[in-house]
Amino acid sequence: MTLPVLKAADFASDQDVRWCPGCGDYSILAQMKKVLPDLGVPREKIVFISGIGCSSRFPYYMNTYGMHSIHGRAPTFATGLKSTRPDLMVWVITGDGDALSIGGNHFIHALRRNIDVNIVLFNNRIYGLTKGQYSPTSSEGQITKSTPMGSIDHPLNPLSLALAAEGTFVARSIDAHVKHLGEMLKRAAEHKGTSLVEVYQNCNVFNDGAMAYAQEKKQRAENVVELEHGKPLIFGTNSDKGVRLVGNRLEVVNVADVAVDDLLIHDEKEPNPAIQMMLARMRYPEMPEPIGVLRSVEGVATYNDQINEQVQRAKETKGPGDLQELFTRGDTWEVA
Amino acid sequence: MTSNPNSSNPTTAKNVKTVSGITVRLAGDSGDGMQLLGTQLTNTSALAGNDVATFPDFPAEIRAPRGTRAGVSGFQVQFASEEIFTPGDQLDALVVMNPAAMVTNLGDLRKGGILIANVDGFNEKEFKLAKLESDPLEANVIEETYRIFKVPMTTLTRTAVAEHGLSQKVADRCKNFFAMGLVYWLFGRSLDTTLRFIEDKFGRKPDIAAANVAALRAGWAYGETTEAFGESFQVEAAATLESGTYRNMMGNQALAWGLVTAAHLSGKDLFYGTYPITPASDILHELSKYKNFGVKTLQAEDEIAAVCATIGAAFGGTMAVTASSGPGIALKAEGMGLGMILELPMIVINVQRGGPSTGLPTKTEQSDLLQCMFGRNGEAPLPILAPRSPADCFDIAIEAWRIATECMCPVMLLSDGYIANGSEPWRIPDLGSMPKITINHPAGTDLDEPFLPYARDEFLARPWAIPGTPGLMHRVGGLEKQDGTGNVSYDPANHQHMTNTRAAKIDRIAERIPEQDVFGETSGDVLVVSWGGTYGACHTAVKRCRDAGHQVSHAHLRYIHPMPNNIGDLLQSFKTVIVPELNMGQLRMLLRSKYLVDCVGVNKVQGKPFAVTELVDAIEARVTPQASSKGKAAVQSRAG
Ligand SMILES: Cc1ncc(C[n+]2csc(CCOP(=O)(O)OP(=O)(O)O)c2C)c(N)n1
Ligand code: SF4
Repeated sequence: MTLPVLKAADFASDQDVRWCPGCGDYSILAQMKKVLPDLGVPREKIVFISGIGCSSRFPYYMNTYGMHSIHGRAPTFATGLKSTRPDLMVWVITGDGDALSIGGNHFIHALRRNIDVNIVLFNNRIYGLTKGQYSPTSSEGQITKSTPMGSIDHPLNPLSLALAAEGTFVARSIDAHVKHLGEMLKRAAEHKGTSLVEVYQNCNVFNDGAMAYAQEKKQRAENVVELEHGKPLIFGTNSDKGVRLVGNRLEVVNVADVAVDDLLIHDEKEPNPAIQMMLARMRYPEMPEPIGVLRSVEGVATYNDQINEQVQRAKETKGPGDLQELFTRGDTWEVA
Repeated sequence: MTSNPNSSNPTTAKNVKTVSGITVRLAGDSGDGMQLLGTQLTNTSALAGNDVATFPDFPAEIRAPRGTRAGVSGFQVQFASEEIFTPGDQLDALVVMNPAAMVTNLGDLRKGGILIANVDGFNEKEFKLAKLESDPLEANVIEETYRIFKVPMTTLTRTAVAEHGLSQKVADRCKNFFAMGLVYWLFGRSLDTTLRFIEDKFGRKPDIAAANVAALRAGWAYGETTEAFGESFQVEAAATLESGTYRNMMGNQALAWGLVTAAHLSGKDLFYGTYPITPASDILHELSKYKNFGVKTLQAEDEIAAVCATIGAAFGGTMAVTASSGPGIALKAEGMGLGMILELPMIVINVQRGGPSTGLPTKTEQSDLLQCMFGRNGEAPLPILAPRSPADCFDIAIEAWRIATECMCPVMLLSDGYIANGSEPWRIPDLGSMPKITINHPAGTDLDEPFLPYARDEFLARPWAIPGTPGLMHRVGGLEKQDGTGNVSYDPANHQHMTNTRAAKIDRIAERIPEQDVFGETSGDVLVVSWGGTYGACHTAVKRCRDAGHQVSHAHLRYIHPMPNNIGDLLQSFKTVIVPELNMGQLRMLLRSKYLVDCVGVNKVQGKPFAVTELVDAIEARVTPQASSKGKAAVQSRAG
């Protein structure tokens, strides 16, 4: 039997997409629809689960199974679903407020359990749906509706957090960098274990241009370094800058000034996340910000495999459950 | 007759008095092993064919300060030759290991009752810990009021186990087995079950096992030989129980078994998502043993994660259950609302404890009824069922799953600490003759017509279409949905319509549950209406009042939302309706508001179950106008 060849359009639901014109969410939706047909997974085997926020309307727009859940909790629904239905491909769609504020706890636990779901975190560094309050990723001093004198919260770095939780797949991409974004979604889908893709997403209504340094093509080359496994960290419009490790910190150097071997070679497969953590901590404007796969470690047992494996093992060692036998096991007595 | 204490079922040569039932409480420091002693006595009595009912009562602290009143741990059991419904009010016998245990429990011992005290535990240091000026055993009134036996249990235990060469600390720990032996002698119990238990539990530590056996036998022999004990008691097997094979069951265990059985009857695997909390945790401990039955348990990061994972599993087509206790249920509220609007079947169990907030975690109460009824944002009605006893937990779990799947909605089960930890004989059912629970997932096809995830059947239930089914792809969510399609809709008329439909769906359950049954006449003077774990006390109190010639009937609700169809008529058929509850009047409020019938509350929140006498007093205060209420519980009229 040959499977019907699906196209991006086959993944579009009959619902009108209602994000603000110009919102970065559109581009992520488009890339998702484009990538899914290549994965060879039938639509009915795919489930999108989201929390609450602008980005979390995403499942309504996909012609797959979907659940728009409650604020911050999408990873937990996904955990229950994937544990009981390991045959399904489960995507979690979340925002920076959704995943890191109200859902911070669940975000950590999904990653440390290594449940085999793909989390796509739309980071616009603002609360969109509730109209413009600062979020856990907003910069210090940012003026928003709820911070007229500037935010005094220290921003949270989703990638550092994910690495600290021993996430096995941690990546970052950008809404406007469509090819790269598609590639990251694909890699995430292929990873066995929790995958996190942070996507810089422009909210052109409440936080327009907050990440223009990375989003705009002209600025991107200077401010972003694209990670590739086994390749040195080189960036800049003329590929003239690099990153090297000196002692226990990273620094930017002119490629011309150093030997090629001096540059840091990216290793996404290294189980010790120390250097990956250093990469995650590179922040604009002091350093170029990394995009690509920071970490991709295979072979770590997933929660869903293990919970099912324990059931299987119990059946093999104890035999399939016999309820009547359970009822009568141990001390019983007869009443005539 | 000669006695041979070395047999597993030694017989006494002393006078044996046959009685219809005994209520005994064992009380000591929380490290003294009183719960173990109580459980053993219960199992042994159940195996002897008695009807049994238990009430364990322990401090909230794992290691409460030794010797203090706060650290007292008690276990009460009633065993009887007739059918009983409570662990008893007044004690026939009380065993105390130290002064704190004595002073905190003596009030419940009846006049002329037996008081056995471990006098080795009564010294200056212990008096101080118990905040006593002097030895409470020395008070004259004690000798006059009770039959007191002062037994140096610690010393006797040390002697009994001496040959096993244990350290003194370890040797002293055997004293609960000494106490057990003495209690077994006093009530003519066989040592069999406990000897087997010791073998199972300490088999790998032969010296400890041998010492415990020695202590047990020494306790028995002490009763037999000491002059002080002139007679022992015998409670015959209960003839009133329905015939069949029985075992002793605790409420939480029965709930867990009921869930596994419901999964089996519906051909489903069971997913149980939860976060530890007293007194619900034992359900998790129990279920996690049954992986070979296809049971998956998730210990989530919190109660919110637990309920949400449960919804995720339900969406995938699994039988999904979550449980908690009051504070955890509060956290689950938003998730339960989502489960309701997604119209997915699942069970939410609340093993209630004393509230509010952390309240009295190890004590019982029924004060989450209104939380479960209304504790969600928006119009979010859910069915509520409540087991009435430990054994009933088994049946109600199956019933909850049946309703959840027929109705496509979360069903709430309201247990409580008293039921959860209490135990009683459970008649083992024949699995083969239990009705199956039929579940139809719509089949996948290439549909010409678009699939309608919110189309409704005769019960107003929507189809349970599960991921993986081709052609049925659909999206659900917490935003209001258009009837039929399930698409997001802000249409005002549609919201009204969906709200009405969801409520009607729950209300219609009333047509598929049994009518409310009544113990006694269906009209007349006084009707006692109860729910949940107070069943036993209410039933026994009503029985007693009827035996005394009063015209009193009893209706016990297992279905609380919706209520059986005949409830309104029933309430109206009595002059007085009395509603005893371990809360300040929550069911009473529901009855009054829905049926416009005045109800009298008997309300108590002391972390303790009702005593039968309290209820008898409250009922008598209503049937005979001149009699006054002596009950400890406040009798409240009108909306209190
Ligand atoms: C329990 C709860 N608290 C608060 C809200 C309100 N709320 C909805 S979305 C949101 C923040 C969303 O921000 P983000 O996750 O960054 O998503 P975006 O809208 O920017 O995509 C908040 C606070 C809610 N829906 N539920
Ligand atoms: S508010 Fe911002 S994030 Fe939300 S849809 Fe509009 S542009 Fe997008």
